[in-house]
Amino acid sequence: MAVESVLNLEEVTIRLAGDSGDGMQLVGTELTNTSALFGNDVGTLPDYPAEIRAPAGTLAGVSGFQLHIGSFDIHTPGDEVDVLVAMNPAALKANIKALKPNGVLIVNAESFDEKGLKLAAYTANPLEDGSLSGYQLFRVEMSSHTKAALRETGLDFKSMERCKNFFALGMIFWLFNRPMEYTIKFIEDKFSKKPLLAQANILALKGGFAYCEATEAFVNKYEINPAKLAPGKYRNLGGNEAIGLGFVAAAQKAGLELFLGSYPITPASDILHTMAKFKNFGVKTFQAEDEIAAVAASIGAAYAGDIAVTTTSGPGMCLKSEAINLAIMTELPLVIVDVQRAGPSTGLPTKTEQADLLQALYGRNGESPIPIIAASRPADCFEVAYEAIRIAIRYMTPVIVLSDGYIGNGAEPWLIPEVEQLPAINVDRHINKDQFYPYQRTEDTLTRPWAIPGMAGLEHRIGGLEKKNIMGTVNYEPENHEYMCRIRAEKVHRIANEFGPTEISGADSGDLLVLGWGGTYGAIRTAVEHCMKKGMKVSRVHLRWINPLPNDLGDILKRFKHVLIPEINLGQLSKVIRSEYLIDAIGLNKISGLPFNSKEIENKIEAILGGSNGHRN
Amino acid sequence: MAIETEISPKPLTKSDFESDQEVRWCPGCGDYAILAQVQRTLPDMGIPKEKYVFVSGIGCSSRFPYYMNTYGFHTIHGRAPAFATGIKVANPDLSVWVISGDGDSLSIGGNHFIHAIRRNIDIKYLLFNNRIYGLTKGQYSPTSEIGKITKSTPMGSLEHPFNPLAVALGAGASFVARTLDRDPKAMVEVLKAAGQHRGTAFIEIYQNCIIFNDGAFTQLTEKETKLDNTILLEHGKPLVYGKNKDKGIKLDGFKPVSVSLTDGKHSVNDLLIHDVKSKDPVLAFIYSQMTEDPTLPTPVGVFRAVENNCYDQDVKTQIAFSKEKMGKGNLKDLLHKGDTWIVS
Ligand SMILES: Cc1ncc(C[n+]2csc(CCOP(=O)(O)OP(=O)(O)O)c2C)c(N)n1
Ligand code: SF4
Repeated sequence: MAVESVLNLEEVTIRLAGDSGDGMQLVGTELTNTSALFGNDVGTLPDYPAEIRAPAGTLAGVSGFQLHIGSFDIHTPGDEVDVLVAMNPAALKANIKALKPNGVLIVNAESFDEKGLKLAAYTANPLEDGSLSGYQLFRVEMSSHTKAALRETGLDFKSMERCKNFFALGMIFWLFNRPMEYTIKFIEDKFSKKPLLAQANILALKGGFAYCEATEAFVNKYEINPAKLAPGKYRNLGGNEAIGLGFVAAAQKAGLELFLGSYPITPASDILHTMAKFKNFGVKTFQAEDEIAAVAASIGAAYAGDIAVTTTSGPGMCLKSEAINLAIMTELPLVIVDVQRAGPSTGLPTKTEQADLLQALYGRNGESPIPIIAASRPADCFEVAYEAIRIAIRYMTPVIVLSDGYIGNGAEPWLIPEVEQLPAINVDRHINKDQFYPYQRTEDTLTRPWAIPGMAGLEHRIGGLEKKNIMGTVNYEPENHEYMCRIRAEKVHRIANEFGPTEISGADSGDLLVLGWGGTYGAIRTAVEHCMKKGMKVSRVHLRWINPLPNDLGDILKRFKHVLIPEINLGQLSKVIRSEYLIDAIGLNKISGLPFNSKEIENKIEAILGGSNGHRN
Repeated sequence: MAIETEISPKPLTKSDFESDQEVRWCPGCGDYAILAQVQRTLPDMGIPKEKYVFVSGIGCSSRFPYYMNTYGFHTIHGRAPAFATGIKVANPDLSVWVISGDGDSLSIGGNHFIHAIRRNIDIKYLLFNNRIYGLTKGQYSPTSEIGKITKSTPMGSLEHPFNPLAVALGAGASFVARTLDRDPKAMVEVLKAAGQHRGTAFIEIYQNCIIFNDGAFTQLTEKETKLDNTILLEHGKPLVYGKNKDKGIKLDGFKPVSVSLTDGKHSVNDLLIHDVKSKDPVLAFIYSQMTEDPTLPTPVGVFRAVENNCYDQDVKTQIAFSKEKMGKGNLKDLLHKGDTWIVS
């Protein structure tokens, strides 16, 4: 069968799925990097099991990596899958639902033997029973072909078999006309100490490509033109890595050393891993005995003059709450990152959710106001981390950064900022040596001085007990406590004076405003843009700061007939908006461990607006 | 980071370390004596006042930093060692002192207690052991003896107590000592030794809570009984004790036994010779166990003081090494790392 045509696509969504030992995340990442370097915009959604070693071949062990490639500015990892690669029957079973009608389905045919089918709990072979007739099915004997490609290497069969992920990647590279050179270089670097394995993986990659070329297995070949992104220099950046970079950049700009106290937890650990490599930037990473020690050490470091950060995910966030309150009482700069994951308790540790918002806002004893900033996309994490540190120092306050598993593990092209243009971070310690008081405040920001141990003549004591304003001595007077509670709240409130006017995408009044926060950014944006094209009177606002809320938000909300708030929780921002502005916000809530498809939001917008005319009676 | 460190112009005295805050422990509380000895010892350490940081958890004892005219941080229950770790790693130049109670260190803070010791972070750790919860008004603590009657254990506590020194030694402590609130001279000596130690210097201080556990240590502190019930560990010296220096400790297998030096059967030559520098912690551990044995005196003084790597210094060294090896980090290079492409 000859290649019939080269189809030019605007965008394509590919999902690679296999057993967790099959290396799907690795080849998915390689495809992402190559596509980004090729000039496409990309969005990714890694999806892997919580068990490190679920039994091979079972549904519990399926690991997937979804990638959206576009020739325009895309915002999501894709709704429906155009091309699915299934390395075994379990991977097919777990992922076939996502594949579009008539989508391309490539399977590793050899794995559909009796054992494989049984492990996946198939009663009949789906390759033969006609159940896949709605797709373009391509059966490829990947294991045998890989072994054939590696025959000369002298590797044992088991090691050969392990290279079949690169064989699959080679096929995709052919299908989508991607260059192999970046991946070849990657393999050479990764296996620099094991040249035989490097050679084998490269042979497998080339083997997959050659197989497609020689056998003319596919009907079509696809082309996705480079995206027209804003001019500049780009690199591909993952969310967790971006947070680490943002912190280092902030510390460098502030001219202070950086201290990270952390305790490993999925999906936040990668921030610790990233930052542990930055020792030559003076970054001190401390792997504590638990989350309490991690945040406590960070607060200690902040007290002693370092820029201090602590990173975690939901369960760890719970443990940190008492110490966060100490940072609030002592008014010390500290940034706490919560890469949210699904569920209370251990929940679904590898899945995503936005359900820690109320914990961040209210999950501590007493009146405990804390600024909260939320990242919207992987590359946005850089700016958010940077901004959190700037505000923490400027206002002498802990700041919570909310990210989530989807953002943290995802990656996208990042327009590298000019170092000179990053906002200044001024460390003004507000110290008056002649008349120093630990809780003396600046007029505009209500900030107390950051006097650190080692500074002669400024010895003073701080702690969790209420202090007299200005003097900083322990104080139990009722009036003082009330005054201090109000000052702490007011301080956080004043941060909103730093925000410019809230950006509204679309008209600044109309039938519907879609209000979003955090990782729903891409899905909401895509949905709203589609609906706008259809002529609906819908606009969009995305919140970066959730505490404080922008000063102009109340007015904006009132200019729309309806307000829709899509969230990956059961309505947490909705609660806040309703109580803050007394408006009847409509929630769109999903809580399945997965991000929104833009289609889900689009459907809801249409339902609210009563069809596509944009008017509702 | 520029930290101002003016050398204090005149020699420091005890009053330089007294803050303007009124001390508010119960009259007769052992905490007063400890505060006074610390304030008395610090001027002689040769460290400028602004470099001292006192970090505490929560409890009566943990109010301590407010009464010291140094830098001070009164933190949350049990976590003082973790805060101290961050402070010391941020600035290894500081002299960081942790103040904690038996509940604070060994109940809620047990985890941080052992890990600070394990890392051998260079802090001075004073555990005020009154074998009771003071601040919360008299519940039994992890050092209370079995059968202790308290508000929360009206029929007697059923729990085995911790021996703080044994816990510390088990965690690998490089310095452990014990002293008594009622023995100011000995306390000053122990504090000085701790101040000179590089690494976690752990001191258990028996402290009388006059309100909720009065008299817990009278056998060890009162004139008539003290000398027969305690033994001062002195480096290089045999383990002799007793009102008339007429008793000593020798080893019988692994078991320490008390022997008379006057009955003609034993002489000083049979006794154990204390060696604080012994790499092997076994003897220190055996001494710690003497606490539990009513037939033996309770050891006080410095049990162990050995050199070992300190976490805070090692962090600093590793960073310096990394800067030397990889070059001082350049932000621009970091942001532009890896594969990049240009869109025009
Ligand atoms: C998280 C938390 N739990 C409980 C308490 C209550 N609490 C305060 S001090 C204390 C025990 C104090 O006993 P100890 O550490 O022996 O110190 P002391 O008061 O005897 O000096 C407790 C249980 C608290 N402050 N914080
Ligand atoms: S309750 Fe006990 S420990 Fe607390 S201050 Fe009073 S005497 Fe001291």
